[in-house]
Amino acid sequence: MSLLELRKLNKHFGGLHVTNSVDLTLQAGEIHCLIGPNGAGKSTLFRLILGEHHPGSGDILFAGENITALKSFARIHRGLSVKFQVPGVFKGLSVRQNLEIALQSRHRGEELEAEIDRLLTFLGLESEQAQVAGNLSHGQKQWLEIGMAVSLKPRLLLLDEPTAGMSPEETYMTGEMVQRLNADGMTVLAIEHDMAFVRQVAHRVTVLHLGQVFAQGSIDEIVADERVAAIYLGQAHA
Amino acid sequence: MTGLLAMFRRLEGPQTVGRGPAFWGLFALVLAAALAYPLFSDGYTVGNTVYFFVWVFIALSLCLIWGYGGSLSFGQTAFFGIAGYGYGIFTINFGSAYGFTLLALVMAVGIAALFAVLLGYFMFFGRIAGVFLGIVTLAVTLMLERFMAQTAGPEWRIGSARLNGFNGMSAMPPLTIPWPGEPIVLFADIGLYYLVLGLLVLVYLALRILMNSSFGNVIVAIRENPERAEMLGYDIRKYQLITFVIGAALAGLSGVLYTVWGQYITPSSMGMTAAALPLIWVAVGGRSDLTSTVIGTLVVLAAFQALTIYGSQYALVFMGVLLVLTVLIAPNGLVLGVMNWLGRIAARLTQRAG
Ligand SMILES: Nc1ncnc2c1ncn2[C@@H]1O[C@H](COP(=O)(O)OP(=O)(O)O)[C@@H](O)[C@H]1O
Ligand SMILES: [Mg+2]
Repeated sequence: MSLLELRKLNKHFGGLHVTNSVDLTLQAGEIHCLIGPNGAGKSTLFRLILGEHHPGSGDILFAGENITALKSFARIHRGLSVKFQVPGVFKGLSVRQNLEIALQSRHRGEELEAEIDRLLTFLGLESEQAQVAGNLSHGQKQWLEIGMAVSLKPRLLLLDEPTAGMSPEETYMTGEMVQRLNADGMTVLAIEHDMAFVRQVAHRVTVLHLGQVFAQGSIDEIVADERVAAIYLGQAHA
Repeated sequence: MTGLLAMFRRLEGPQTVGRGPAFWGLFALVLAAALAYPLFSDGYTVGNTVYFFVWVFIALSLCLIWGYGGSLSFGQTAFFGIAGYGYGIFTINFGSAYGFTLLALVMAVGIAALFAVLLGYFMFFGRIAGVFLGIVTLAVTLMLERFMAQTAGPEWRIGSARLNGFNGMSAMPPLTIPWPGEPIVLFADIGLYYLVLGLLVLVYLALRILMNSSFGNVIVAIRENPERAEMLGYDIRKYQLITFVIGAALAGLSGVLYTVWGQYITPSSMGMTAAALPLIWVAVGGRSDLTSTVIGTLVVLAAFQALTIYGSQYALVFMGVLLVLTVLIAPNGLVLGVMNWLGRIAARLTQRAG
Protein backbone atom coordinates (compact mmCIF):
# COMPACT_ATOMS: atom_id res chain seq x y z
CA MET A 1 0.00 0.00 0.00
CA SER A 2 1.35 3.44 -0.84
CA LEU A 3 1.36 5.94 2.00
CA LEU A 4 2.59 9.00 0.16
CA GLU A 5 2.22 9.70 -3.51
CA LEU A 6 3.61 12.76 -5.27
CA ARG A 7 2.17 13.29 -8.74
CA LYS A 8 3.91 15.59 -11.21
CA LEU A 9 4.84 18.19 -8.58
CA ASN A 10 6.09 21.43 -10.07
CA LYS A 11 7.44 24.38 -8.14
CA HIS A 12 9.04 27.53 -9.48
CA PHE A 13 10.88 30.21 -7.54
CA GLY A 14 10.80 33.02 -10.05
CA GLY A 15 12.61 31.62 -13.08
CA LEU A 16 14.06 28.71 -11.14
CA HIS A 17 12.32 25.39 -11.74
CA VAL A 18 13.04 23.87 -8.31
CA THR A 19 10.98 20.71 -8.58
CA ASN A 20 10.27 19.55 -12.09
CA SER A 21 7.35 17.17 -12.45
CA VAL A 22 8.41 15.03 -9.51
CA ASP A 23 6.71 11.65 -9.17
CA LEU A 24 7.48 9.71 -6.04
CA THR A 25 5.63 6.92 -4.25
CA LEU A 26 6.40 5.77 -0.73
CA GLN A 27 5.22 2.37 0.43
CA ALA A 28 3.87 2.16 3.96
CA GLY A 29 6.56 0.73 6.21
CA GLU A 30 9.61 1.61 4.15
CA ILE A 31 12.65 3.71 4.94
CA HIS A 32 13.28 5.81 1.89
CA CYS A 33 16.33 8.02 1.46
CA LEU A 34 16.37 11.07 -0.78
CA ILE A 35 19.80 12.08 -1.98
CA GLY A 36 21.17 14.55 -4.46
CA PRO A 37 23.61 17.44 -4.74
CA ASN A 38 23.06 20.69 -2.86
CA GLY A 39 20.37 22.77 -4.48
CA ALA A 40 18.72 19.75 -6.10
CA GLY A 41 15.40 20.73 -4.53
CA LYS A 42 15.22 18.14 -1.75
CA SER A 43 14.29 20.50 1.08
CA THR A 44 11.82 22.26 -1.19
CA LEU A 45 10.16 18.93 -1.87
CA PHE A 46 9.73 18.48 1.90
CA ARG A 47 8.18 21.92 2.19
CA LEU A 48 5.75 21.03 -0.56
CA ILE A 49 4.79 17.81 1.21
CA LEU A 50 4.29 19.79 4.44
CA GLY A 51 2.31 22.60 2.89
CA GLU A 52 4.81 25.35 3.64
CA HIS A 53 5.12 25.90 -0.09
CA HIS A 54 2.36 25.24 -2.56
CA PRO A 55 3.10 23.55 -5.87
CA GLY A 56 2.39 25.36 -9.12
CA SER A 57 0.88 22.12 -10.34
CA GLY A 58 0.66 18.51 -9.27
CA ASP A 59 -0.93 16.58 -6.42
CA ILE A 60 0.09 15.19 -3.05
CA LEU A 61 -1.76 12.14 -1.78
CA PHE A 62 -1.38 10.91 1.76
CA ALA A 63 -2.99 7.60 2.74
CA GLY A 64 -5.19 7.91 -0.32
CA GLU A 65 -6.40 11.43 0.51
CA ASN A 66 -5.49 14.42 -1.64
CA ILE A 67 -3.87 16.82 0.83
CA THR A 68 -2.53 19.35 -1.71
CA ALA A 69 -4.83 22.12 -0.46
CA LEU A 70 -4.57 21.40 3.28
CA LYS A 71 -2.87 23.77 5.71
CA SER A 72 0.34 22.56 7.36
CA PHE A 73 -1.14 21.91 10.81
CA ALA A 74 -3.92 19.86 9.24
CA ARG A 75 -1.35 17.70 7.45
CA ILE A 76 0.40 17.14 10.77
CA HIS A 77 -2.95 15.98 12.19
CA ARG A 78 -3.21 13.48 9.32
CA GLY A 79 0.05 11.86 10.47
CA LEU A 80 2.99 13.78 9.03
CA SER A 81 5.89 15.05 11.09
CA VAL A 82 9.21 16.68 10.25
CA LYS A 83 12.68 17.48 11.46
CA PHE A 84 13.98 20.43 9.45
CA GLN A 85 17.42 20.83 7.94
CA VAL A 86 18.23 23.75 10.24
CA PRO A 87 17.22 22.56 13.72
CA GLY A 88 13.99 24.30 14.61
CA VAL A 89 13.93 23.90 18.36
CA PHE A 90 12.48 26.56 20.66
CA LYS A 91 15.82 28.12 21.53
CA GLY A 92 14.75 30.28 24.45
CA LEU A 93 12.87 27.50 26.25
CA SER A 94 14.23 24.62 28.29
CA VAL A 95 14.76 21.22 26.71
CA ARG A 96 12.02 19.86 28.93
CA GLN A 97 9.57 22.54 27.84
CA ASN A 98 10.39 21.89 24.20
CA LEU A 99 9.28 18.29 24.65
CA GLU A 100 6.27 19.32 26.72
CA ILE A 101 5.04 21.52 23.87
CA ALA A 102 5.40 18.61 21.47
CA LEU A 103 3.66 16.14 23.79
CA GLN A 104 0.96 18.18 25.53
CA SER A 105 -1.73 17.69 22.92
CA ARG A 106 -1.75 13.92 23.44
CA HIS A 107 -0.91 13.64 27.16
CA ARG A 108 -1.96 15.45 30.35
CA GLY A 109 -0.86 15.78 33.97
CA GLU A 110 1.23 13.00 35.49
CA GLU A 111 1.11 11.03 32.27
CA LEU A 112 2.59 13.99 30.39
CA GLU A 113 5.48 14.30 32.86
CA ALA A 114 6.17 10.56 32.63
CA GLU A 115 6.12 10.72 28.85
CA ILE A 116 8.57 13.65 28.84
CA ASP A 117 10.90 11.69 31.16
CA ARG A 118 10.68 8.67 28.91
CA LEU A 119 11.54 10.74 25.84
CA LEU A 120 14.42 12.49 27.63
CA THR A 121 15.91 9.09 28.44
CA PHE A 122 15.34 7.89 24.89
CA LEU A 123 17.20 10.94 23.55
CA GLY A 124 19.91 10.84 26.22
CA LEU A 125 19.13 14.42 27.23
CA GLU A 126 18.13 13.88 30.89
CA SER A 127 20.99 15.90 32.31
CA GLU A 128 20.30 18.74 29.85
CA GLN A 129 16.56 18.96 30.51
CA ALA A 130 16.69 22.20 32.49
CA GLN A 131 19.01 23.89 30.00
CA VAL A 132 17.82 26.37 27.43
CA ALA A 133 17.65 24.55 24.09
CA GLY A 134 19.71 27.28 22.43
CA ASN A 135 22.70 26.19 24.52
CA LEU A 136 22.74 22.63 23.20
CA SER A 137 25.37 21.45 20.73
CA HIS A 138 24.28 21.18 17.11
CA GLY A 139 24.03 17.41 17.38
CA GLN A 140 21.95 17.62 20.56
CA LYS A 141 19.60 20.10 18.91
CA GLN A 142 19.17 17.62 16.08
CA TRP A 143 18.32 14.89 18.60
CA LEU A 144 15.90 17.14 20.43
CA GLU A 145 14.08 18.07 17.24
CA ILE A 146 13.95 14.46 16.12
CA GLY A 147 12.47 13.66 19.53
CA MET A 148 9.82 16.34 19.11
CA ALA A 149 8.97 15.12 15.62
CA VAL A 150 8.80 11.49 16.75
CA SER A 151 6.66 12.30 19.79
CA LEU A 152 3.73 13.10 17.50
CA LYS A 153 3.71 9.37 16.64
CA PRO A 154 3.47 10.16 12.92
CA ARG A 155 2.69 7.65 10.22
CA LEU A 156 5.30 9.32 8.03
CA LEU A 157 8.40 10.92 9.49
CA LEU A 158 10.31 13.38 7.31
CA LEU A 159 13.95 13.89 8.28
CA ASP A 160 15.96 16.60 6.51
CA GLU A 161 19.66 15.82 7.03
CA PRO A 162 19.17 14.33 10.49
CA THR A 163 22.83 13.47 11.07
CA ALA A 164 24.43 16.76 9.99
CA GLY A 165 26.85 17.82 12.70
CA MET A 166 26.94 14.39 14.33
CA SER A 167 29.98 12.22 14.93
CA PRO A 168 30.12 8.82 13.16
CA GLU A 169 29.00 7.13 16.40
CA GLU A 170 26.08 9.50 16.82
CA THR A 171 25.18 9.03 13.18
CA TYR A 172 25.13 5.28 13.68
CA MET A 173 22.93 5.66 16.77
CA THR A 174 20.55 7.86 14.83
CA GLY A 175 20.39 5.14 12.20
CA GLU A 176 19.53 2.57 14.86
CA MET A 177 16.84 4.83 16.24
CA VAL A 178 15.31 5.27 12.80
CA GLN A 179 15.30 1.51 12.35
CA ARG A 180 13.63 1.00 15.73
CA LEU A 181 10.91 3.52 14.89
CA ASN A 182 10.45 1.83 11.53
CA ALA A 183 10.14 -1.56 13.20
CA ASP A 184 7.27 -0.07 15.23
CA GLY A 185 5.51 0.79 11.98
CA MET A 186 6.70 4.31 11.15
CA THR A 187 7.39 5.09 7.51
CA VAL A 188 10.47 7.29 7.08
CA LEU A 189 11.61 9.63 4.30
CA ALA A 190 15.10 10.97 5.01
CA ILE A 191 17.23 13.46 3.10
CA GLU A 192 20.82 12.50 3.83
CA HIS A 193 24.32 13.14 2.52
CA ASP A 194 26.02 10.60 4.77
CA MET A 195 26.33 7.47 2.61
CA ALA A 196 27.11 5.27 5.62
CA PHE A 197 23.77 6.28 7.11
CA VAL A 198 21.95 5.66 3.83
CA ARG A 199 23.56 2.24 3.54
CA GLN A 200 22.62 1.45 7.15
CA VAL A 201 18.91 2.28 6.95
CA ALA A 202 17.58 2.75 3.41
CA HIS A 203 15.28 0.20 1.83
CA ARG A 204 15.11 2.33 -1.29
CA VAL A 205 16.92 5.42 -2.51
CA THR A 206 15.77 8.21 -4.81
CA VAL A 207 18.24 10.58 -6.42
CA LEU A 208 17.02 14.10 -7.09
CA HIS A 209 18.98 16.23 -9.54
CA LEU A 210 18.07 19.70 -10.83
CA GLY A 211 14.58 19.23 -9.46
CA GLN A 212 13.95 15.94 -11.24
CA VAL A 213 13.89 12.33 -10.14
CA PHE A 214 17.14 11.14 -11.64
CA ALA A 215 17.37 7.56 -10.44
CA GLN A 216 15.71 5.19 -8.02
CA GLY A 217 16.61 1.81 -6.56
CA SER A 218 18.46 0.03 -3.78
CA ILE A 219 21.62 1.63 -2.43
CA ASP A 220 23.74 -0.89 -4.32
CA GLU A 221 22.01 -0.10 -7.58
CA ILE A 222 22.42 3.62 -6.99
CA VAL A 223 26.10 3.34 -6.11
CA ALA A 224 26.69 1.17 -9.19
CA ASP A 225 24.95 3.69 -11.45
CA GLU A 226 27.64 5.60 -13.30
CA ARG A 227 25.32 8.45 -14.22
CA VAL A 228 24.65 9.01 -10.52
CA ALA A 229 28.32 8.87 -9.72
CA ALA A 230 28.85 11.53 -12.34
CA ILE A 231 26.34 14.00 -10.90
CA TYR A 232 26.39 13.23 -7.23
CA LEU A 233 29.09 10.97 -5.90
CA GLY A 234 31.58 12.40 -8.34
CA GLN A 235 30.83 15.87 -7.15
CA ALA A 236 30.95 14.81 -3.54
CA HIS A 237 34.44 13.34 -3.99
CA ALA A 238 35.71 16.31 -5.95
CA MET B 1 -11.89 19.68 42.57
CA THR B 2 -8.70 18.19 41.11
CA GLY B 3 -9.24 20.49 38.14
CA LEU B 4 -9.26 23.47 40.46
CA LEU B 5 -6.12 22.24 42.18
CA ALA B 6 -4.38 21.75 38.84
CA MET B 7 -5.37 25.28 37.92
CA PHE B 8 -3.82 26.76 41.06
CA ARG B 9 -0.65 24.80 40.46
CA ARG B 10 -0.33 26.76 37.22
CA LEU B 11 0.23 29.93 39.25
CA GLU B 12 3.86 28.89 39.10
CA GLY B 13 5.76 27.67 36.10
CA PRO B 14 8.50 28.26 33.59
CA GLN B 15 6.73 31.24 32.04
CA THR B 16 6.53 33.36 35.19
CA VAL B 17 9.23 34.52 37.55
CA GLY B 18 8.58 33.90 41.23
CA ARG B 19 7.77 30.67 43.00
CA GLY B 20 7.63 29.07 46.40
CA PRO B 21 6.70 30.33 49.87
CA ALA B 22 9.17 33.21 49.75
CA PHE B 23 7.60 34.71 46.63
CA TRP B 24 4.00 34.21 47.71
CA GLY B 25 4.78 35.45 51.22
CA LEU B 26 6.12 38.64 49.68
CA PHE B 27 3.09 38.80 47.41
CA ALA B 28 0.75 38.55 50.42
CA LEU B 29 2.71 41.24 52.21
CA VAL B 30 2.55 43.64 49.28
CA LEU B 31 -1.15 42.91 48.86
CA ALA B 32 -1.82 43.54 52.55
CA ALA B 33 0.08 46.82 52.34
CA ALA B 34 -1.92 47.80 49.25
CA LEU B 35 -5.18 46.99 51.04
CA ALA B 36 -4.25 48.98 54.14
CA TYR B 37 -2.67 51.91 52.31
CA PRO B 38 -5.83 54.07 51.78
CA LEU B 39 -6.38 54.11 55.55
CA PHE B 40 -3.10 55.97 55.97
CA SER B 41 -3.39 58.29 53.03
CA ASP B 42 -5.52 61.11 51.68
CA GLY B 43 -8.10 60.94 48.90
CA TYR B 44 -5.95 62.75 46.37
CA THR B 45 -2.96 60.44 46.76
CA VAL B 46 -5.19 57.38 46.64
CA GLY B 47 -6.80 58.71 43.47
CA ASN B 48 -3.37 59.23 41.97
CA THR B 49 -2.45 55.64 42.79
CA VAL B 50 -5.60 54.46 41.04
CA TYR B 51 -4.36 56.39 38.00
CA PHE B 52 -1.11 54.36 38.11
CA PHE B 53 -2.97 51.07 38.50
CA VAL B 54 -5.20 51.86 35.54
CA TRP B 55 -2.21 51.81 33.19
CA VAL B 56 -0.99 48.44 34.41
CA PHE B 57 -3.76 46.67 32.47
CA ILE B 58 -2.63 48.04 29.11
CA ALA B 59 0.97 47.20 30.07
CA LEU B 60 -0.09 43.63 30.81
CA SER B 61 -1.87 43.46 27.48
CA LEU B 62 1.34 44.38 25.72
CA CYS B 63 3.29 41.94 27.87
CA LEU B 64 0.95 39.20 26.70
CA ILE B 65 0.93 40.03 22.99
CA TRP B 66 4.51 41.23 22.60
CA GLY B 67 6.50 39.73 25.47
CA TYR B 68 4.94 36.28 25.42
CA GLY B 69 3.48 36.15 21.93
CA GLY B 70 6.28 37.91 20.08
CA SER B 71 4.01 40.23 18.07
CA LEU B 72 4.82 43.89 18.59
CA SER B 73 1.48 45.70 18.62
CA PHE B 74 1.15 49.48 18.57
CA GLY B 75 -2.58 49.02 18.58
CA GLN B 76 -3.19 48.68 22.31
CA THR B 77 -4.04 52.35 22.64
CA ALA B 78 -6.64 51.95 19.89
CA PHE B 79 -8.47 49.38 22.03
CA PHE B 80 -7.95 51.65 25.03
CA GLY B 81 -9.63 54.50 23.18
CA ILE B 82 -12.44 52.44 21.68
CA ALA B 83 -13.43 51.10 25.08
CA GLY B 84 -13.05 54.48 26.76
CA TYR B 85 -15.26 56.23 24.21
CA GLY B 86 -17.61 53.24 24.24
CA TYR B 87 -18.14 53.60 27.97
CA GLY B 88 -18.77 57.32 27.55
CA ILE B 89 -21.31 56.83 24.78
CA PHE B 90 -23.21 54.12 26.66
CA THR B 91 -23.41 55.89 30.00
CA ILE B 92 -24.07 59.41 28.69
CA ASN B 93 -27.04 57.95 26.82
CA PHE B 94 -28.38 55.55 29.40
CA GLY B 95 -27.18 56.96 32.72
CA SER B 96 -26.02 55.08 35.77
CA ALA B 97 -29.18 53.66 37.29
CA TYR B 98 -29.72 49.92 37.90
CA GLY B 99 -25.98 49.21 37.78
CA PHE B 100 -25.87 50.12 34.10
CA THR B 101 -22.35 51.54 34.40
CA LEU B 102 -21.04 48.06 35.23
CA LEU B 103 -22.80 46.64 32.19
CA ALA B 104 -21.39 49.53 30.14
CA LEU B 105 -17.89 48.61 31.33
CA VAL B 106 -18.35 45.03 30.16
CA MET B 107 -19.91 46.09 26.86
CA ALA B 108 -17.20 48.66 26.15
CA VAL B 109 -14.50 46.05 26.77
CA GLY B 110 -16.49 43.68 24.59
CA ILE B 111 -16.55 46.16 21.72
CA ALA B 112 -12.77 46.58 21.93
CA ALA B 113 -12.43 42.79 21.87
CA LEU B 114 -14.79 42.52 18.90
CA PHE B 115 -12.76 45.10 17.03
CA ALA B 116 -9.66 43.02 17.82
CA VAL B 117 -11.35 39.93 16.41
CA LEU B 118 -11.85 41.72 13.07
CA LEU B 119 -8.42 43.34 12.94
CA GLY B 120 -6.69 40.23 14.28
CA TYR B 121 -8.45 37.94 11.84
CA PHE B 122 -7.32 40.10 8.95
CA MET B 123 -3.73 40.22 10.25
CA PHE B 124 -3.11 36.69 11.49
CA PHE B 125 -5.12 34.78 8.92
CA GLY B 126 -3.50 37.02 6.32
CA ARG B 127 -0.15 35.95 7.82
CA ILE B 128 0.94 39.49 8.58
CA ALA B 129 3.79 39.26 11.05
CA GLY B 130 6.86 41.02 12.40
CA VAL B 131 7.41 44.63 11.47
CA PHE B 132 4.32 44.69 9.23
CA LEU B 133 2.13 43.86 12.18
CA GLY B 134 3.63 46.85 13.99
CA ILE B 135 2.95 49.09 11.00
CA VAL B 136 -0.65 47.97 10.57
CA THR B 137 -1.51 48.34 14.25
CA LEU B 138 0.16 51.76 14.45
CA ALA B 139 -1.71 52.91 11.36
CA VAL B 140 -5.02 51.82 12.88
CA THR B 141 -4.27 53.67 16.12
CA LEU B 142 -3.28 56.90 14.42
CA MET B 143 -6.22 56.71 12.04
CA LEU B 144 -8.59 56.42 14.99
CA GLU B 145 -6.91 59.39 16.68
CA ARG B 146 -7.20 61.52 13.50
CA PHE B 147 -10.79 60.46 13.07
CA MET B 148 -11.84 61.28 16.62
CA ALA B 149 -9.95 64.59 16.49
CA GLN B 150 -12.13 65.87 13.64
CA THR B 151 -15.46 65.12 15.33
CA ALA B 152 -15.80 68.61 16.85
CA GLY B 153 -18.96 69.54 14.96
CA PRO B 154 -22.42 69.09 16.48
CA GLU B 155 -23.27 66.53 13.79
CA TRP B 156 -20.83 64.10 15.45
CA ARG B 157 -23.01 62.65 18.14
CA ILE B 158 -24.28 59.24 19.07
CA GLY B 159 -27.61 59.67 20.81
CA SER B 160 -27.06 62.43 23.32
CA ALA B 161 -23.28 61.85 23.47
CA ARG B 162 -21.26 64.50 21.61
CA LEU B 163 -17.83 63.25 20.48
CA ASN B 164 -16.36 66.77 20.74
CA GLY B 165 -13.32 66.34 18.50
CA PHE B 166 -9.98 67.17 19.99
CA ASN B 167 -11.42 68.18 23.35
CA GLY B 168 -12.81 64.72 23.83
CA MET B 169 -15.74 63.49 25.79
CA SER B 170 -16.35 64.27 29.41
CA ALA B 171 -18.82 64.18 32.28
CA MET B 172 -19.77 60.55 31.86
CA PRO B 173 -21.04 59.06 35.13
CA PRO B 174 -18.52 57.18 37.29
CA LEU B 175 -18.99 53.50 38.03
CA THR B 176 -22.00 53.06 40.27
CA ILE B 177 -22.97 49.95 42.19
CA PRO B 178 -26.70 49.64 42.85
CA TRP B 179 -27.41 49.34 46.57
CA PRO B 180 -30.64 49.30 48.55
CA GLY B 181 -31.14 52.84 49.78
CA GLU B 182 -28.22 54.72 48.27
CA PRO B 183 -26.25 53.47 45.22
CA ILE B 184 -22.49 53.38 45.80
CA VAL B 185 -20.69 55.77 43.47
CA LEU B 186 -17.04 54.87 42.89
CA PHE B 187 -15.33 58.23 42.64
CA ALA B 188 -11.63 58.36 41.90
CA ASP B 189 -10.52 57.72 45.45
CA ILE B 190 -11.01 54.87 47.93
CA GLY B 191 -14.03 53.31 46.24
CA LEU B 192 -12.47 53.03 42.81
CA TYR B 193 -9.14 52.11 44.40
CA TYR B 194 -10.44 48.86 45.86
CA LEU B 195 -12.26 47.91 42.68
CA VAL B 196 -9.21 48.52 40.50
CA LEU B 197 -6.88 46.79 42.96
CA GLY B 198 -9.21 43.80 43.01
CA LEU B 199 -9.31 43.64 39.21
CA LEU B 200 -5.56 44.00 39.04
CA VAL B 201 -4.92 41.08 41.38
CA LEU B 202 -7.49 38.99 39.55
CA VAL B 203 -6.03 39.73 36.11
CA TYR B 204 -2.46 39.19 37.30
CA LEU B 205 -3.23 35.78 38.80
CA ALA B 206 -5.40 34.72 35.88
CA LEU B 207 -2.65 35.63 33.42
CA ARG B 208 -0.11 33.66 35.47
CA ILE B 209 -2.36 30.62 35.23
CA LEU B 210 -2.97 31.16 31.52
CA MET B 211 0.68 31.59 30.62
CA ASN B 212 1.76 28.49 32.55
CA SER B 213 -0.97 26.40 30.93
CA SER B 214 -0.64 24.43 27.71
CA PHE B 215 -2.12 27.46 25.93
CA GLY B 216 0.73 29.63 27.25
CA ASN B 217 3.21 27.00 26.10
CA VAL B 218 1.96 27.34 22.55
CA ILE B 219 2.07 31.14 22.74
CA VAL B 220 5.75 31.21 23.69
CA ALA B 221 6.47 28.44 21.19
CA ILE B 222 5.07 30.69 18.45
CA ARG B 223 7.30 33.51 19.67
CA GLU B 224 10.35 31.25 19.58
CA ASN B 225 9.67 29.57 16.24
CA PRO B 226 6.29 29.84 14.53
CA GLU B 227 7.18 27.34 11.81
CA ARG B 228 8.12 24.65 14.34
CA ALA B 229 4.98 25.36 16.35
CA GLU B 230 2.81 24.86 13.27
CA MET B 231 4.73 21.68 12.40
CA LEU B 232 3.76 20.28 15.80
CA GLY B 233 0.18 20.54 14.63
CA TYR B 234 -0.87 23.87 16.15
CA ASP B 235 -3.01 26.24 14.12
CA ILE B 236 -0.88 29.19 15.15
CA ARG B 237 -3.22 31.77 13.60
CA LYS B 238 -5.94 30.73 16.03
CA TYR B 239 -3.63 31.02 19.04
CA GLN B 240 -2.33 34.40 17.90
CA LEU B 241 -5.86 35.69 17.38
CA ILE B 242 -7.04 34.56 20.82
CA THR B 243 -4.01 36.17 22.48
CA PHE B 244 -4.58 39.36 20.53
CA VAL B 245 -8.23 39.50 21.61
CA ILE B 246 -7.42 38.87 25.28
CA GLY B 247 -4.80 41.63 25.03
CA ALA B 248 -7.31 43.98 23.42
CA ALA B 249 -9.81 43.31 26.19
CA LEU B 250 -7.18 44.18 28.80
CA ALA B 251 -6.24 47.37 26.95
CA GLY B 252 -9.95 48.15 26.72
CA LEU B 253 -10.32 47.61 30.47
CA SER B 254 -7.52 50.13 30.94
CA GLY B 255 -9.41 52.56 28.71
CA VAL B 256 -12.70 52.23 30.59
CA LEU B 257 -11.02 52.56 33.98
CA TYR B 258 -9.11 55.61 32.75
CA THR B 259 -12.37 57.13 31.56
CA VAL B 260 -14.22 56.52 34.82
CA TRP B 261 -11.21 57.73 36.77
CA GLY B 262 -11.01 61.16 35.17
CA GLN B 263 -14.52 61.22 33.70
CA TYR B 264 -13.04 62.17 30.34
CA ILE B 265 -11.41 60.63 27.29
CA THR B 266 -9.67 62.44 24.43
CA PRO B 267 -8.27 61.45 21.01
CA SER B 268 -4.73 62.04 22.28
CA SER B 269 -5.15 58.92 24.40
CA MET B 270 -4.65 57.15 21.04
CA GLY B 271 -1.88 59.40 19.74
CA MET B 272 1.75 58.66 19.02
CA THR B 273 3.00 59.45 22.53
CA ALA B 274 0.24 57.46 24.13
CA ALA B 275 1.05 54.49 21.89
CA ALA B 276 4.78 54.66 22.67
CA LEU B 277 4.65 55.00 26.46
CA PRO B 278 3.29 51.51 27.29
CA LEU B 279 6.03 50.04 25.09
CA ILE B 280 8.61 51.81 27.21
CA TRP B 281 7.11 50.67 30.53
CA VAL B 282 6.95 47.09 29.36
CA ALA B 283 10.40 47.07 27.76
CA VAL B 284 12.01 48.64 30.83
CA GLY B 285 10.22 46.29 33.22
CA GLY B 286 10.69 43.07 31.30
CA ARG B 287 8.23 42.23 28.56
CA SER B 288 8.45 38.46 28.90
CA ASP B 289 7.35 38.38 32.54
CA LEU B 290 4.09 39.51 34.15
CA THR B 291 5.53 40.49 37.52
CA SER B 292 8.36 42.48 35.95
CA THR B 293 5.85 44.28 33.76
CA VAL B 294 3.67 45.26 36.73
CA ILE B 295 6.59 46.49 38.83
CA GLY B 296 8.31 48.20 35.90
CA THR B 297 5.15 50.04 34.89
CA LEU B 298 4.44 51.34 38.38
CA VAL B 299 8.03 52.42 38.99
CA VAL B 300 8.44 54.16 35.63
CA LEU B 301 5.07 55.89 35.95
CA ALA B 302 5.95 57.17 39.41
CA ALA B 303 9.34 58.40 38.18
CA PHE B 304 7.71 60.03 35.17
CA GLN B 305 5.25 61.87 37.35
CA ALA B 306 7.93 62.99 39.76
CA LEU B 307 9.91 64.40 36.82
CA THR B 308 6.89 66.08 35.26
CA ILE B 309 7.07 68.61 38.09
CA TYR B 310 10.16 69.95 36.29
CA GLY B 311 8.37 69.97 32.94
CA SER B 312 6.88 67.17 30.89
CA GLN B 313 9.41 67.55 28.07
CA TYR B 314 12.20 66.50 30.46
CA ALA B 315 10.14 63.56 31.60
CA LEU B 316 9.74 62.38 28.00
CA VAL B 317 13.46 62.75 27.34
CA PHE B 318 14.08 60.73 30.48
CA MET B 319 11.81 57.98 29.14
CA GLY B 320 13.80 57.88 25.93
CA VAL B 321 17.07 57.66 27.82
CA LEU B 322 15.64 54.94 30.02
CA LEU B 323 14.63 52.90 26.98
CA VAL B 324 18.07 53.25 25.39
CA LEU B 325 19.75 52.26 28.67
CA THR B 326 17.50 49.21 28.94
CA VAL B 327 18.30 48.09 25.42
CA LEU B 328 22.01 48.47 26.12
CA ILE B 329 22.26 47.08 29.66
CA ALA B 330 19.39 44.64 30.06
CA PRO B 331 17.61 44.02 26.75
CA ASN B 332 15.15 41.71 28.47
CA GLY B 333 14.17 44.42 30.96
CA LEU B 334 15.75 46.06 33.98
CA VAL B 335 13.29 44.74 36.55
CA LEU B 336 13.46 41.23 35.12
CA GLY B 337 17.25 41.41 35.20
CA VAL B 338 17.22 42.38 38.88
CA MET B 339 14.63 39.69 39.71
CA ASN B 340 16.65 36.97 37.99
CA TRP B 341 19.74 38.16 39.82
CA LEU B 342 17.90 38.01 43.16
CA GLY B 343 16.62 34.56 42.23
CA ARG B 344 20.16 33.31 41.63
CA ILE B 345 21.33 34.70 44.97
CA ALA B 346 18.37 33.07 46.75
CA ALA B 347 19.14 29.76 45.03
CA ARG B 348 22.78 29.96 46.09
CA LEU B 349 21.78 30.74 49.69
CA THR B 350 19.33 27.85 49.95
CA GLN B 351 21.92 25.57 48.36
CA ARG B 352 24.46 26.56 51.01
CA ALA B 353 21.92 26.14 53.78
CA GLY B 354 20.74 22.75 52.49
N1 LIG C 1 12.19 30.27 -0.58
C1 LIG C 1 13.00 30.22 -1.66
N2 LIG C 1 13.00 31.25 -2.55
C2 LIG C 1 13.79 31.21 -3.65
N3 LIG C 1 14.61 30.20 -3.94
C3 LIG C 1 14.66 29.15 -3.10
C4 LIG C 1 13.86 29.10 -1.91
N4 LIG C 1 14.10 27.95 -1.26
C5 LIG C 1 15.03 27.30 -2.00
N5 LIG C 1 15.36 28.02 -3.10
C6 LIG C 1 16.29 27.60 -4.14
O1 LIG C 1 15.82 26.37 -4.65
C7 LIG C 1 16.89 25.50 -4.94
C8 LIG C 1 16.69 24.20 -4.19
O2 LIG C 1 16.87 24.44 -2.81
P1 LIG C 1 16.69 23.30 -1.72
O3 LIG C 1 15.38 22.67 -1.92
O4 LIG C 1 16.98 23.88 -0.40
O5 LIG C 1 17.84 22.29 -2.15
P2 LIG C 1 18.47 21.06 -1.35
O6 LIG C 1 17.72 20.85 -0.09
O7 LIG C 1 18.36 19.92 -2.31
O8 LIG C 1 19.90 21.43 -1.12
C9 LIG C 1 18.16 26.24 -4.55
O9 LIG C 1 18.71 26.80 -5.73
C10 LIG C 1 17.67 27.30 -3.61
O10 LIG C 1 18.51 28.43 -3.68
MG1 LIG D 1 18.29 21.00 1.86
